[in-house]
Amino acid sequence: MRTTYTWICIAFTVIAAASGDVLIALAMRRIGDLGDFRRKHGFLAVGARVLSESALFGGVFFMAMAFFSNLVGLSWADLSLMGPASAALTFATNAVGAKFFLHENVDKRRWIATVCVCVGVVLLTHT
Amino acid sequence: MTFRKYLVILSVVIFGSIGDAFLARGMKQVGAIDVHHLMQVFTAVANPWVIMGIFSLLAFMASYMTALSFADLTYVLPATAIGYVNMALISRFWLHEHVSLTRWAGIVLIVTGVGLVAGGPSRTEHLGEVEPATQGSGDRA
Repeated sequence: MRTTYTWICIAFTVIAAASGDVLIALAMRRIGDLGDFRRKHGFLAVGARVLSESALFGGVFFMAMAFFSNLVGLSWADLSLMGPASAALTFATNAVGAKFFLHENVDKRRWIATVCVCVGVVLLTHT
Repeated sequence: MTFRKYLVILSVVIFGSIGDAFLARGMKQVGAIDVHHLMQVFTAVANPWVIMGIFSLLAFMASYMTALSFADLTYVLPATAIGYVNMALISRFWLHEHVSLTRWAGIVLIVTGVGLVAGGPSRTEHLGEVEPATQGSGDRA
């Protein structure tokens, strides 16, 4: 039964983390390179600019959800399963999110990499 | 990609792995959370290892956001894949968890897969994209 709970927890973590990642990536894309921004406007301006992005707060909310879900999962399963499984599946979900929501160039090479990651996750679950 | 940018990605890897390991150690001490009392997870925040994990993950978050400011999401995640290896090493040698050969094979496959994308361009250029740093705040669609 605990295995079922663990995988429900992993699924919830993946969806929340991918939503958070996409929203944070969207916010940071709007802001641009923080290094360049700091050189042009100073350190405080970077903080003000980052905090002015509403997408960032949505992203942080979903990341917080993923964090607590991960915490519950870690109390049920080993880090060597929970960590790679949730992170790798988040990677695959992110590739889809990045293509359709961020319009990133997710070419054939990146899709093949996604499949490799998913197979890797399947191997990770066979202990 | 400059040396500074590689350092940013390296710090994403390091703080992410260390943060997860601290959290795992803390949650081992806290014990399993009853599925009928999920609110118990908030009591775990008082555990010193969990607190250190949270600080490490805050550092991870800062470096992760910096990385996303100059590279695609689908570049940053693969580039930080070496973190899986770190996590397995920490699990094996610090947390003394059993990492079987099959799990090692899975980790190697993940790193191989994500390594495929690391050689490509770090940023997708969008037609008509203006200099973002000069933009004011706002919620452009």
